[in-house]
Amino acid sequence: MYRYDEFDAAFVNARVDQFRDQVQRRVTGELTEEQFRPHRLMNGLYLQLHAYMLRIAVPYGTLNSTQMRKLAYLARRYDRGYGHFTTRQNLQFNWPTLKDVPDMLAELASVEMHAIQTSGNCIRNVTADHFAGAAADEIADPRPYAEIMRQWSSLHPEFSFLPRKFKIAVNGGPQDRAAIQAHDIGLQMARNDKGEIGFIVYVGGGLGRTPMIGHKIRDFLPERDLLAYIDAILRVYNLEGRRDNKYKARIKIMVHEKGVEGARAAVEAEFAAHDRQGLDLPPGEVARIRAYFAPPPLLVKNPVSDRVERRKAKDANFAAFVGSNIFPHKSPGHAIVTISLKPIGGVPGDASADQMDAVADLAEEFSHDELRVSHEQNLVLPHVALDDLPAVYDRLASVGLATHNAGQISDIIACPGLDYCALATARSIPVAQRLSEHFGDGARARDIGLLKIKISGCINACGHHHVGHIGILGLERAGEETYQITLGGSGDERASIGQITGPGFSSENVVDAVETVVATYMNHRSGPAEDFLTTFRRVGMAPFKEALYERSAGADI
Amino acid sequence: MPELITANRLIDGVVIFQSADRGWVEDFSQAAIFADAEATKLAMESAREAEARDILIEPYPIIVELRNGHYVPRALREAIRATGPTVRRDLGKQALGLAPIIAQHPPLE
Repeated sequence: MYRYDEFDAAFVNARVDQFRDQVQRRVTGELTEEQFRPHRLMNGLYLQLHAYMLRIAVPYGTLNSTQMRKLAYLARRYDRGYGHFTTRQNLQFNWPTLKDVPDMLAELASVEMHAIQTSGNCIRNVTADHFAGAAADEIADPRPYAEIMRQWSSLHPEFSFLPRKFKIAVNGGPQDRAAIQAHDIGLQMARNDKGEIGFIVYVGGGLGRTPMIGHKIRDFLPERDLLAYIDAILRVYNLEGRRDNKYKARIKIMVHEKGVEGARAAVEAEFAAHDRQGLDLPPGEVARIRAYFAPPPLLVKNPVSDRVERRKAKDANFAAFVGSNIFPHKSPGHAIVTISLKPIGGVPGDASADQMDAVADLAEEFSHDELRVSHEQNLVLPHVALDDLPAVYDRLASVGLATHNAGQISDIIACPGLDYCALATARSIPVAQRLSEHFGDGARARDIGLLKIKISGCINACGHHHVGHIGILGLERAGEETYQITLGGSGDERASIGQITGPGFSSENVVDAVETVVATYMNHRSGPAEDFLTTFRRVGMAPFKEALYERSAGADI
Repeated sequence: MPELITANRLIDGVVIFQSADRGWVEDFSQAAIFADAEATKLAMESAREAEARDILIEPYPIIVELRNGHYVPRALREAIRATGPTVRRDLGKQALGLAPIIAQHPPLE
């Protein structure tokens, strides 16, 4: 993985010193809150319901064991013994004190991490496919490009005060694991007829109060033009994006108002006008960065492990784990292991300090010291030898991390909601917990198959509900929590925005409503191989609406 | 409508409430309750002075109501803020015995 050079280290350390000074000046009253707020936000420090919250960037979701152990240390030393992995591959601590944050940032800098640009109207932490560098279907590893964009965008003077925040995601394979069409810029790794690496470029996707799927504006962007083209997009946005209305300030609104053709023409004209000035990406520099992400030396092994097959035959839980949490690796005899942070009835994305340490140990021993954080709020061991799976499984089970539900109905994305978040209008986590208890990770969940539930506690949509196969949005109506359900959304290569079923449901009835939706799917699917989204697209909203509002007494109209 | 004044303490972000002596306390049950808008207005003036002295940030009034003989925040958001996460009873004010009292005392035998 990438290692800081002297410039990175000096830059991050300088920022820590700068923030330490700013905190000191705030505490002594030299800075008012109004003056200080932009500084703390630029360092990832928010004020939430109960306390400050520190959001730490995990660049493109890649971590090593030393970094994970540092997060565990921070959780114990400065927080309440746990952290929350987010839908943007970040980690949030919910209880730090202001006076401790400079020390926390210094600790992070010592392991080449920071919280810069995890807030504010700037280019946020670039996210990537969490199976990057490991997936069997990968076209190219997206992380070198994400790192190049990180370096280019960090404290970029021209793009530090954009009309609104700006999110870029890069995906490595044909299967979109980074939800690129729900981002301001989505990049899909591609190869042209000559086999050269480049990108399919999407622009103008985003969720929030005006959800939109990104538009493809380039079929193939050559590698060397990556920065120059993104620079052109940002220049057009910086100039033409709306600053008069916060809710219309994202690039998706600009693209919508200009039209896709208009936006494309403006970007291409800006790109041509600057003729890659200073932003040509030299192949040598790409190669230098790519070398940091060289695949670990994996020995080619038998694609079938007798050890795994024997264990599967006698241990149904292990067999279920292999069935749901293991994904094909590009190197035969290896696997990608998803560590579900969705224990049945648990808080989605939370991990205790002890669990973080246990995962770090596993990464060190079994996964060439590599870890990933997924936007689905899970962790990933990207390079595990098949023969090691039984040992890895046992170790995960010993710390409560062997839940076999990846991609299933209880693998729910949920934002922190009103339990923590100052913006939330309703709770998300308790709904996720009750749905998780209801559907579990047993035979019925396996029968239901691929079904993504995503829950947000307000219209800002951090829980990505618009792109959930079943999306749930928590709102407040007359002092009560109420939950609106959307169906048919998708954040992958089949991207779409979910449709609202109708009037919302009370907290008490929302689980029954989801059960009704699932039962309707099971009745209408052509067979067990037809997943929820496919069935929904085939039969449409009508049968679900009928079941929810006409036959069921559960609706709170 | 009865109200009280809440804010977050600058140095550590902890949720605090204005007490009867215009001080600031972590314990919800020690918060001063203001019966009318005029009393709330005066309390907010004092809160803004505390804000200007960098003791706290973002003070604002919240509506409280009597339930089972105890004042509790009316809005769920404020109830959670005064109590702690509903999904982690071991965290926040509820873990320290500083949350609003919501239970009704059992009737005497």
